[in-house]
Amino acid sequence: MNITFRLNGETLALTDVAPTTTLLDWLRETRGLTGTKEGCNEGDCGACTVMVTDAAGARALNACILFLPQLHGKSVRTIEGISGPDGTLHPVQEAMVGHHGSQCGFCTPGFIVTMATAHLNGRTDHDVQLAGNLCRCTGYAPIIRAAEAAAGAPVPEHMHDLVPPSAEDTPGAEVTGSGGKSPAAFQPADSDALAQWYAQNPDATLVAGATDVGLWVTKNFHDPDQIAFLNGCADLQGVTVTADELTIGAMTTLTDLEPVMEELHPSFAAMIRRYGSVQVRNAATIGGNIANGSPIGDGPPALIALGATLHLRHGDSRRSMPLEDFFLAYGKQDRRAGEFVEKITVPRQPDRLRCYKLSKRFDQDISAVCGCFSVEVADGTVSRARIAFGGMSGIPQRATATEDALTGQPWTQKTARSAMAAMGTDFTPMSDMRASAEYRMQSAQNMLLRCWHEDAGTPVSVLEVRP
Amino acid sequence: MSVAKPLPHDSAPLHVTGAARYVDDIPMPVGTLHLAFGISDIAAGRLLSLDTGPVRAAPGVVAVITAADLPFDNDVSPSNHDEPLLAEEVISYLGQPLFIVVATSHLSARRAARLARVETEAGDPILTVDEALARNSRFEEGPRVYGRGDVAGAIAGAAHRLTGRLEIGGQEHFYLEGQAAAALPQDNGDMVVMSSTQHPTEIQHKVAEAIGVHMHGVRVETRRMGGGFGGKESQGNALAVACAVAARATGRPCKMRYDRDDDMVITGKRHDFRIEYEVGFDDSGRIEGIDFTHYTRCGWAQDLSLPVADRAMLHADNAYFLPAVRITSHRLKTSTQSATAFRGFGGPQGMLGIERVMDHIATRLGKDPVAVRRCNFYGGSGTEPRDLTPYGQQVTDFILPDLMSRLEETACYTARRAAVESWNAENAILKKGIALTPVKFGISFTLTHLNQAGALVHVYQDGSIHLNHGGTEMGQGLFQKVAQVAAARFGVDVSAVRITATDTGKVPNTSATAASSGSDLNGMAVQNACDTIRMRLAELMAGRHQTLPSEVIFKDGKVHVGSATYSFAEVVADAYVARISLSATGFYKTPDLAWDRIRGEGRPFFYFAYGAAVTEVVIDTLTGENRILRTDILHDAGASLNPEIDIGQIEGGYVQGAGWLTTEELVWDDKGRLRTHAPSTYKIPGCSDRPDIFNVALWDAPNNEATVYRSKAVGEPPLMLGISAWSALCDAVQSCGDTYADLQAPATAEEILAAVGRATSGGAV
Repeated sequence: MNITFRLNGETLALTDVAPTTTLLDWLRETRGLTGTKEGCNEGDCGACTVMVTDAAGARALNACILFLPQLHGKSVRTIEGISGPDGTLHPVQEAMVGHHGSQCGFCTPGFIVTMATAHLNGRTDHDVQLAGNLCRCTGYAPIIRAAEAAAGAPVPEHMHDLVPPSAEDTPGAEVTGSGGKSPAAFQPADSDALAQWYAQNPDATLVAGATDVGLWVTKNFHDPDQIAFLNGCADLQGVTVTADELTIGAMTTLTDLEPVMEELHPSFAAMIRRYGSVQVRNAATIGGNIANGSPIGDGPPALIALGATLHLRHGDSRRSMPLEDFFLAYGKQDRRAGEFVEKITVPRQPDRLRCYKLSKRFDQDISAVCGCFSVEVADGTVSRARIAFGGMSGIPQRATATEDALTGQPWTQKTARSAMAAMGTDFTPMSDMRASAEYRMQSAQNMLLRCWHEDAGTPVSVLEVRP
Repeated sequence: MSVAKPLPHDSAPLHVTGAARYVDDIPMPVGTLHLAFGISDIAAGRLLSLDTGPVRAAPGVVAVITAADLPFDNDVSPSNHDEPLLAEEVISYLGQPLFIVVATSHLSARRAARLARVETEAGDPILTVDEALARNSRFEEGPRVYGRGDVAGAIAGAAHRLTGRLEIGGQEHFYLEGQAAAALPQDNGDMVVMSSTQHPTEIQHKVAEAIGVHMHGVRVETRRMGGGFGGKESQGNALAVACAVAARATGRPCKMRYDRDDDMVITGKRHDFRIEYEVGFDDSGRIEGIDFTHYTRCGWAQDLSLPVADRAMLHADNAYFLPAVRITSHRLKTSTQSATAFRGFGGPQGMLGIERVMDHIATRLGKDPVAVRRCNFYGGSGTEPRDLTPYGQQVTDFILPDLMSRLEETACYTARRAAVESWNAENAILKKGIALTPVKFGISFTLTHLNQAGALVHVYQDGSIHLNHGGTEMGQGLFQKVAQVAAARFGVDVSAVRITATDTGKVPNTSATAASSGSDLNGMAVQNACDTIRMRLAELMAGRHQTLPSEVIFKDGKVHVGSATYSFAEVVADAYVARISLSATGFYKTPDLAWDRIRGEGRPFFYFAYGAAVTEVVIDTLTGENRILRTDILHDAGASLNPEIDIGQIEGGYVQGAGWLTTEELVWDDKGRLRTHAPSTYKIPGCSDRPDIFNVALWDAPNNEATVYRSKAVGEPPLMLGISAWSALCDAVQSCGDTYADLQAPATAEEILAAVGRATSGGAV
């Protein structure tokens, strides 16, 4: 397919691009720009971080799981474009040299791009910003010192990328494969175009943020015959909040969902900050998180606990269902061929949500167990409980027996403890490399206790303890 | 003088701009081919047939190479000739390379590698310590035993006795740059190899064997690695040999890099250990007798497992005098990746064993673990019998009592221990823990002949200096530290020194850059080469000024002779005209070593490096989640060659050591498949896992031994400061109940929750 984007300030028009070419491979192998490194080829280490600018602003993304068509109409800045045109080091580069922030140097370009993007956006929450960049040498301390030292410096002019290159290059036209093994590729301009095309091509692979599909390609050599890139579907993006409900477009990224949740359900926002990394959250969409049906996605348990409704579309027909009903069995969702997630609606409610994510590492890790609790209490009695878990079953699932054991009971530690036993009825978790079945069960039960303790004002989070 | 200055890493400006080249970044000639291994999907058994037809037919594939196609030796072992590059009949682990795909791109090679039709007969893999013991599957004829005294009698006669068992997980290196190599065929069957390796000479040796040439026919170059940590001491052999064999077969340059999943599935990791102990001690906690048994899973090939297991035994004492001691070491052969070198090289496991014993004794006696540690320390004067290690080396400079006192003071250990206790009394769910642990680490290769190094220094007519030595740069700042030595010898600024890639054609017969020896050995070799040239210059100038060479002073870029002053470049230009050689080799061998590894006696180490760390943690007793809150470190780098680079090693080593003992968990399934083979499942510390408060200081006193500028090695020792994090977690867990919590390693959240359960179970201490 044909795409246009800007690379380090230069507008490029590429023809005959194989749609599943990753930006990383193209930069390194075709363009000879080897500053961007491959560390894992699955979006987990950040060595390939690039800055991508579009109308929404500049964001850090992992080039290894970013397909070239996703860049259409955007600007890309790689490590080679972070120094000034005259070779002057960017303030974060200067600080990294001065503070001994590089040792082997292999992760360094990725760190620099993430830091320069955060610097451009005025972000100083360095731990959050850098959670997606792994370093094995320094122990991170000198990198943080560098980030702090550079924070006050002015943003170099060249970091403000132009977007998009030109109006006529914005997505919209159907693009077909150029023969050979290249799949037929389509970049719809809006959800109507997508609905029409997908109904006719129901076997196609849909690419939203590519944080999952990217791995199918880089690790499993998935070779779709047909593929649609949804990044042009602006009408699927964004969150609308009314007095009654909030509506989350399927293409809303986790990054864009976070501030909304910070306002309405801060515990959800805190969990989003542990969902992947900045690079992943800038790409990953809530619709993708639901549609792929993963039992360990963190979005569904929280949304189920909030009583969310899922809205699906097929051609011109639409239907909706409680989100939990969408997940039928492991790898099986209630989604017909050619049907896609259009949006999620969540009723407005007083905030009672508590999200507990348990993983080996706090940041950039997949949940062993993710428990989300909405326990409503009236006059000391549980009036309604919605509890949902990831990691406890083949699907994101409600803990209905536990909910029943709580409802109508006084909200006391005794009630919480006795309801914990009901989780044995709700779930039969499995053992894998993330956790044993026993640990999953015990910690899930203890999360209910934690929920009660948190209500009682007891400190329960190690993340909130400071030395 | 350039030495002791906190100069940045020499490549830092290249790192931050993306201009630093690693093997995969080097522009290759047109027509370069790319390699990938096809790997086994069973852990043990026989290869019945290998149909590579579909591989050959895949797009981009140029050739496929199986074991039968190899022209010469099918071996990439660094030690025992037991490590075929490609499996022949026997399959030894899941992930073992079976064939090489040679293709026009990296991606087409990887894709095609999955297309072979492989017929195997599955055998019965040996995966665990217990299975290996049951089948007596081991390296060497039986366990190795070091020790002294009447151990059984000492334990039986002690006032208190304990037994225990600790499982210690392995560790994936997770160097950010995966393994990579490239080979360019030359005239006459020769080969030039570029390799991401800590051991260019080993690569040269194995490539020469594999393509049937002498070592003089192979030249290996290594400019830098994107991290090594021991994982590139021997594990790069397979890629370099594969590239050379394929380049020889096709006549075209060949390049290979592992995809991360392949890297983790194919290559070796830190050895996991089981350590059992029986110890007798008095009322103060002082040990009277101790019996350790080490069981280590070495994997399928010997690789470096024997010296790794030896070093674990040599650190079973850590900083403590063990009057009667026996250490029995079983080196078990299993159907898993061949465990290999990893920063500390067995030392960390051995040390964790005795540190666990210290905590166990303290728990039993209800004492502060620091008091128990102190009363077991080596004597200190260098003459008492309490200065003798289990292997008979005298500890002559035992600075730990003073070092620990200073750290206790600066870290406010006593007050904070009390604060932790009162905090715990007020918190029902969250509990804190604190620990102070010391490190004493032996410096030298235990294979004595490896303690040698060479250097090559040229001074050009304009006064610029070309520096080369046998050490490799993997991020540790070796090149800069050694350049600082060279600049100091000539009295010039370090900018006058050009650091060049390690090259077997310039300095031959090098040892691996390992065992923390890089700057000790290569710094001295470079000093030796520089001094040879400097003496020639001094003699010239002394002759002209009718004085002694020793009166010629090289300082601040100038050469001072009597009242005259010349620029360094002027003197060099004069020397050139006077037909004086401005090039020299240098050589160094560590003195005074004598070690018998079979009897376990002698002086394996030139000296010891010391350090200590205080770590404070918090745990969640409902989920086992935990964090490091604060760490204070005082570490001995001797008279540091570059304090900032050394502090960088300490910070990074600590976090890597803490990662080993907390979040980094390797999981194999019952088929022998490594389930944690990518960063999505194997979790090294991330940015927010570093301590909130992280104070690192150097114990800045010169080495007693005559090392380069009296500095000390700093690569490995700080990793073991991470033990304090694990010990602090033990402390936090133990605060939950009176039963011994028996925390294992790594202390994942799951393991901590289980240990909390044990602590509160109501059994005996």
